[in-house]
Amino acid sequence: MIDRFVAQRLGFALLILTALVVIMPILFVVGIIVAWGASAVNWEFLSAMPSDGMKAGGIFPTIIGTLLLMLGTAMASIPVGVGGAIYLAEYARDTWLTRAIRLAIVNLAGIPSVVYGLFGLGLFVLFLQFGTSIAAGALTLAIMTIPVIISTAEEALRAVPTEFRTIIASLGGTRWQGIQRVVLPQALPGIITGIILGLLRAAGETAPILFTVAAFYLPRLPQSPFDPTMALPYHLYVISTQVPGMPLEVQYGTALVLLTLVLSMNLVATVIRSYFRRRRQW
Amino acid sequence: MDKIRVEGLNFYYGKHRALTDISLAVRDRRITALIGPSGCGKSTFLRCLNRMNDTIRGTRTEGRILLDGQDIYTSGINVVELRQRVGMVFQRPNPFPQSIWDNVAFGPRVLRSHTRSGLADVIEESLRGAALWEEVKDRLRQDALSLSLGQQQRLCIARAIAIKPEVILMDEPCSALDPIATLQVEELMRSLKMDYTLVIVTHNMQQAARVSDWTGFFWMGELVEFDITENVFTRPSNRLTEDYITGRAG
Repeated sequence: MIDRFVAQRLGFALLILTALVVIMPILFVVGIIVAWGASAVNWEFLSAMPSDGMKAGGIFPTIIGTLLLMLGTAMASIPVGVGGAIYLAEYARDTWLTRAIRLAIVNLAGIPSVVYGLFGLGLFVLFLQFGTSIAAGALTLAIMTIPVIISTAEEALRAVPTEFRTIIASLGGTRWQGIQRVVLPQALPGIITGIILGLLRAAGETAPILFTVAAFYLPRLPQSPFDPTMALPYHLYVISTQVPGMPLEVQYGTALVLLTLVLSMNLVATVIRSYFRRRRQW
Repeated sequence: MDKIRVEGLNFYYGKHRALTDISLAVRDRRITALIGPSGCGKSTFLRCLNRMNDTIRGTRTEGRILLDGQDIYTSGINVVELRQRVGMVFQRPNPFPQSIWDNVAFGPRVLRSHTRSGLADVIEESLRGAALWEEVKDRLRQDALSLSLGQQQRLCIARAIAIKPEVILMDEPCSALDPIATLQVEELMRSLKMDYTLVIVTHNMQQAARVSDWTGFFWMGELVEFDITENVFTRPSNRLTEDYITGRAG
């Protein structure tokens, strides 16, 4: 029979170990990418067009392409996602229709991203004749992002105490006025976090942009939403697997830029969340 | 004069009957207290008076509640407008997590019942009405949650009177407050009855005896006794009432 305090120590030790197992790979990945890629990243790398079969020059168009895709994805997914969440959290009753919508959201979140890519190719590129373009890519990414935004935003709205809605009714406010003036502002930090996390996921995806927007090699900036563009994740895939003799530090440098972009957005989300969580008193 | 007349009110949560055949009259500009043990239906009854129970699914109401002679349960009634006439203060002080100013301004803003310059007047008047003005006049932009609980509850009362209701319902407004804050709120109730009709639910029998003009005693969903407060506490007509107020039952 082990002493129960010793048993507790052992338990804690095991739990700490499991936590470390989670952290280790992240530190490892980040460490290697920084170590091998940092030497490639300088101002020219960030601001110049690629040259010499992408072996030299910079990755400027891929960064701009990814940012433009993010912008387009945000414009398409935020209104639909937040609007849908408000409907589901505040208005919808529990009917077969809302159950079907919820089921669809859950299932959408589980679809492999390459399927989104093929869907975007079929709908936006071919059927709607957007061609291989930022518009088609952003809309494809938006469809992938919307379920994330809807479910996190709905959760944030539901976390606002019912009590507030009762008070609003008792003060002669309509439900919509209550949403605008009290519920939405309260839920906003959670909603913003959800939006950023959804966009983050989209920023790093390769498969959905593979068939819809990404150009293999296009050393100029897009002129309209219906132009194709290079993008970071796809570029990384290309230079890692499709171009023989690619210098290692260019590959890791590109990975470092993508990682930095994603992690800094993640950091912003975390800061927003913790800032508002400290202010919240219920 | 009767502000509210309740006639043969039955109320159901699904199949469960929570209120049975309640009839009473709430006098204009008087304080009516509703007492009784937990679960006796007094809060449910209070929420019938501004149809707050409507928000709970599966509830049903029978009978009539007349506000100034008009049945509030007929189909033509706009419930949002009704709640503007019959305001409510809740058990737990529950200001919005916004500034003091925004809390009081909420009602006038959603009702669009003020001009831009008039809003400041409405806010001062409401805070004075709730006996809070002197304590907060220099920090109206501060977060309402920085106030003490007693101040928060008076802020909620100010928020309720800012929509200029005719009746104010209070659901155990002092149960979360310390004795001093309780006395302040009771003091406030007495001054409010100059302008408003008050219906309060309370667990505290001394409070009912101290502030109310009329008292109703609820027991298991029925209104056992309803009379002038003095009569209820000195010579109740029902044995149950006597047992409850003397502490032998409930």
